[in-house]
Amino acid sequence: MSTTTTLEPDPPAGGAQRAPKVRTKPSASRSIFDPTIVTSALLDSVRKLDPRTMARNPVMFIVEVGAVLTTVLFLRDVGDAETQENVFSALVAGFLWFTVLFANFAEAMAEGRGKAQAATLKATRADTMARLIQPDGTIVMRSSSELAIGDRCDVVAGEVIPGDGDIVEGIATVDESAITGESAPVIRESGGDRSAVTGGTRVLSDRIVVQISAKPGETFLDRMIALVEGADRQKTPNEIALSILLAGLTIVFLLAVVTLQPFAIYSGAEQPIIVLVALLVCLIPTTIGGLLSAIGIAGMDRLVQRNVLAMSGRAVEAAGDVTTLLLDKTGTITFGSRQAAEFIPVHDTTEVEVAEGALVSSLADETPEGRSIVDLATSAHGLVPADPTGAELVPFTAQTRMSGMDLPDGRRVRKGAADSVRRFVTQQGGTVPLELLPIVDGVSKEGATPLVVIDQQPGGVWRVLGVIRLKDTVKPGMRERFDELRAMGIRTVMITGDNPLTAAAIAAEAGVDDFLAEATPEDKMALITREQAGGNLVAMTGDGTNDAPALAQADVGVAMNTGTQAAKEAGNMVDLDSNPTKLIEIVEVGKQLLMTRGSLTTFSIANDVAKYFAIIPAMFSGVLPALDRLNVMDLHSPRTAILSAVIFNAFVIIGLVPLALKGVKFRAEAASAVLRRNLLVYGLGGVLVPFVGIKLIDVVVAALGVN
Amino acid sequence: MTWQNVVQALALVLLLVVTVPPLGRYIAAVYGSRDDGTAPGDRVFGPLERSIHRLCRIDDRREQRWNVYAISMLAFSLVSLLGLYALLRLQGSLPFNPTDRDGVGPTGAFNTAVSFVTNTNWQWYSGEVALSHLSQMLGLAVQNFASAGVGFAVIIAIIRGITRTTHRSRTLGNFWVDLVRGTVRILLPLSFLFALVIASQGVVQNLSGHTSATLVDAAAAESVGSATQAIPGGPVASQVAIKQLGTNGGGFYNANSAHPLENPNPITNLLENWAILVIPFALVVAFGILVRDRRQSRLLAAVMALFLVCVTAFSMFAESNGNPELTARGVDQSISTTQSGGNLEGKEVRFGTSACTLWAGSTTGTSNGSVNCMHDSFTPLGGLGPMFQMMLGEVSPGGIGVGLMGLLVNALLAVFIAGLMVGRTPEYLGRKIQAAEMKLLTLYILAMPAALLGFAAASMTLDSAATYQPGPHGLSEVLYNFASAANNNGSAFAYQGTGTQWYTVTQGIAMLIGRFFLIIPALAIAGSLAGRPKVPSTSGTLPTHTPLFGALVTGVVIVVAGLTFFPALALGPILEHLSL
Repeated sequence: MSTTTTLEPDPPAGGAQRAPKVRTKPSASRSIFDPTIVTSALLDSVRKLDPRTMARNPVMFIVEVGAVLTTVLFLRDVGDAETQENVFSALVAGFLWFTVLFANFAEAMAEGRGKAQAATLKATRADTMARLIQPDGTIVMRSSSELAIGDRCDVVAGEVIPGDGDIVEGIATVDESAITGESAPVIRESGGDRSAVTGGTRVLSDRIVVQISAKPGETFLDRMIALVEGADRQKTPNEIALSILLAGLTIVFLLAVVTLQPFAIYSGAEQPIIVLVALLVCLIPTTIGGLLSAIGIAGMDRLVQRNVLAMSGRAVEAAGDVTTLLLDKTGTITFGSRQAAEFIPVHDTTEVEVAEGALVSSLADETPEGRSIVDLATSAHGLVPADPTGAELVPFTAQTRMSGMDLPDGRRVRKGAADSVRRFVTQQGGTVPLELLPIVDGVSKEGATPLVVIDQQPGGVWRVLGVIRLKDTVKPGMRERFDELRAMGIRTVMITGDNPLTAAAIAAEAGVDDFLAEATPEDKMALITREQAGGNLVAMTGDGTNDAPALAQADVGVAMNTGTQAAKEAGNMVDLDSNPTKLIEIVEVGKQLLMTRGSLTTFSIANDVAKYFAIIPAMFSGVLPALDRLNVMDLHSPRTAILSAVIFNAFVIIGLVPLALKGVKFRAEAASAVLRRNLLVYGLGGVLVPFVGIKLIDVVVAALGVN
Repeated sequence: MTWQNVVQALALVLLLVVTVPPLGRYIAAVYGSRDDGTAPGDRVFGPLERSIHRLCRIDDRREQRWNVYAISMLAFSLVSLLGLYALLRLQGSLPFNPTDRDGVGPTGAFNTAVSFVTNTNWQWYSGEVALSHLSQMLGLAVQNFASAGVGFAVIIAIIRGITRTTHRSRTLGNFWVDLVRGTVRILLPLSFLFALVIASQGVVQNLSGHTSATLVDAAAAESVGSATQAIPGGPVASQVAIKQLGTNGGGFYNANSAHPLENPNPITNLLENWAILVIPFALVVAFGILVRDRRQSRLLAAVMALFLVCVTAFSMFAESNGNPELTARGVDQSISTTQSGGNLEGKEVRFGTSACTLWAGSTTGTSNGSVNCMHDSFTPLGGLGPMFQMMLGEVSPGGIGVGLMGLLVNALLAVFIAGLMVGRTPEYLGRKIQAAEMKLLTLYILAMPAALLGFAAASMTLDSAATYQPGPHGLSEVLYNFASAANNNGSAFAYQGTGTQWYTVTQGIAMLIGRFFLIIPALAIAGSLAGRPKVPSTSGTLPTHTPLFGALVTGVVIVVAGLTFFPALALGPILEHLSL
């Protein structure tokens, strides 16, 4: 893993370290109450009154039925009743309709932002003409919607890539801003972990041949549009469980209200149906019932705003439950661009010899580490890079874990991880100087990475030249982040290809709970299954094809958008910014989603206490004056009392829309501290707020002349 | 409140504090808390159990999944119900009938059979007038043991569901083995000892019919028009022992524990009150031992005790203040050394308001339902306490097994809401609570209010089910009676009207709903949790042993019951009180 780094659009020259690009604010700066969204949401909230739509939400469906019933009763009696009675019935019916509309509005608002984004994406999806390469090599023009999996297309600079696929030939810079919102182009090339391209993105330079890997209509862009639109939004497990509870509570209250009439008749105080409907609507959990789907949609949307695409809401919810976070060291915990800091010779070589070997072995190494070695060798030791003409590049492989160059004169130079180099030298019959091990260990203990440089003169044996000390820097603020995660009960495990010593040093510096050193994809997989067997939920990021099994196994697998198609398929989220630190934000969004639901449920139920104290005395004090002593809010009249409760019930939904869309404020704290605060705010607050609210509304309603 | 109140309550608390923990440890050991596989009484009770297993062809090594466990429990209850029904119908032609009682009518027998099988022990009849000794001993006393034994089995199965992580095939144990074990090792020995103790204090134990006594008070003889009195005898002490220990509550006599032959003196009163509470609380201790986290049981016991103490103190306060109507007329109702004082209507003067309200709190907190005074005669608020405590779902500490079961279900609900509030899929003792459990939990929560409010409301619309008292008190009576039936309590706001066909049938159905529509979902929840991997506890886990969580569970219990029943209560006891 040590050599895979995030592709940065403009690599820093000379090893200057940059602050990582961590987005703290949603990238799209659309405000929650964007006027265009509000306008279309208003229309949608009326459209959603269709009972077939409403039936999906039992709580609000009951309110709609109640609204219809009260309206019919009002119209039936409008001619016979006195004015005040008519005003009362009309207002109750009206506010029941508003209750439904407000809930619909909340949902439409939550959908609004996604729809706006989907519209932009749909423009990108527009049909393009692809230049299909026939098996005989000739090229025909074909509409992108007619491409099949396996087709090869030729794409040159300025053209739009016709579909998802892998580059099988060539290298190009690609503008992926249509999807990621990031204007800087990225490099895509055939082979390796950077071969995947997305349909709808534009090639800026060069020419590539793309092999199509997704059917038209099932491309990444199509999935993305469906996701942000919320078209196939499915309820998540916790949402289902909560819906069941809310339906159960609704039945309980239905029971309480329906059975109240016989008791009332026995007591000589039969109640008008309108009043019973008003009581029922006030009691059933309309606040959370009306906002539930908005909360879910908004949660997904918050992820989209952070440029993360979750393939299912289930994954977002699982993110809130994560107990083990696997973080790649490089690029996540550290800057990843490890810089050469020192060349350390062994006893029979000089520092310059080491620098020269290091320089030669890194000439063709385009990784930031390679460039930093070249920089250090040229600047500190005044060496001039040799002309590489005729030299043969030996690339890094996971098996040899070495790279280097074979020069035209027969000299071979390699650099690589200490243990593989030592094994290699020993196998090839060379000798490893005794002091190499202490040097390597010493470098590792400081948290730096040792690379050993070796060379072989034509006909000679492999000789150890010395050690390059690569220094990696932990990103600022990581320790605080991990402390927060620990407080939330999440264990962080650092994954690194480094040896255990290096890993331990960096782990200690960064403050992670555990680390996995010299990690192979198999080790990673084993770690995940072990954690899961212990009941932990595991989240990880990955980009390479060899990460795919682990990404699929993890409960939350976030694939980097720069990664391979296989990785993107295996994970259940894709981070368009390809920023592994995002995992922490994803966990927060997942937790926030549940917290918002739980808090509003508590608030909704707590509200009922005050509503009882408004409505029960109002219902009965006329015939049974003793019950007027329960009118603790001293409401003006029975009618204003019932009306105030209904109006409060409707307005509290509208009042809580911003909270539902933004989510309950998240703080990284232990569960008991979070519970204490949320219980205080939404439980106790939920009991007290309606007493004040209903009283205030009552004053206004009475002042307006309702009696 | 007076010092008498406080002293009586403290004596009871002290007795409980001393006896509950050892009994809890004993129960836990009986149900396998020991690592070596032994259980206390293996030498004494082991052979007896094995011969019962052989006789009934029970394979004690075969475990059952939740559904088989539930079906076994239902089958046992059904056979018990049919057997008891037949016995009551035919008692006139069966032996041990010295007082020549006729068979019980069909709906009455249905009601009584259901009542004793469901551990409710509601009695629409007068025991000494309606039943033969055979019915009392072979019918009621056996069901007193069996229904409590079922309670043991159910809660043990539920605890297994919560604790077993990787148990093969997700089983909950064997119902028959659990039933036999609880009955043989816990209920029988305890009842035997307890019967001896109360018999030594004067509780009757014989197989005779009426004993004729000559009245010494001429005025009394004149008022009843006879110089002799027929005193009914019978196997009272043995019946009373299991009636109290098994949270049954069905009295041998109509006057139940107010009758001097069931409860002769303050010592038996204290001991019998202790017997009502001891096993339900001990089960909570056993729970903590079996789930290997005693902090959990301390929390649950504290929540139960909180309800019990608050309700009892509330009633005690209301009753010791006496009747305001009498106070207004200048009657001295103060409690002093020369008079019992307080609201004495319907109370034994020898017990006074404190022993009565203490008992009332205990008996309605435990689904016991025996009474040593008439709850109907309580002041409106004094009666509201016991009624509301039943409406809480009998969780303070509730009937044997089912009380703890009820509080655990409420704890799961609290965990669900709290879990969402802290941003994690809710979990209890490391088990995640998901949609499947929430469905069952919702069924559980719906059953009791549906039976209570549904039948109470239906009763109010029927002329034939007219209330005994007019006004809000009449509504209180109906509410109380269905609260009692739907929660398997069995105590009554005593009035004569419940022997009608309407009430015997509807209350019978309410009792069945209150028993099986609660036990089956709870067993299903246990079955669905069984074998689920345990989520490791971290600081992100909501701790379920803290006062904060205790407050939340308390809040959930009160809010769910309060919101459901407030309108009905407002028109009943609350209106009655506000009208005083």
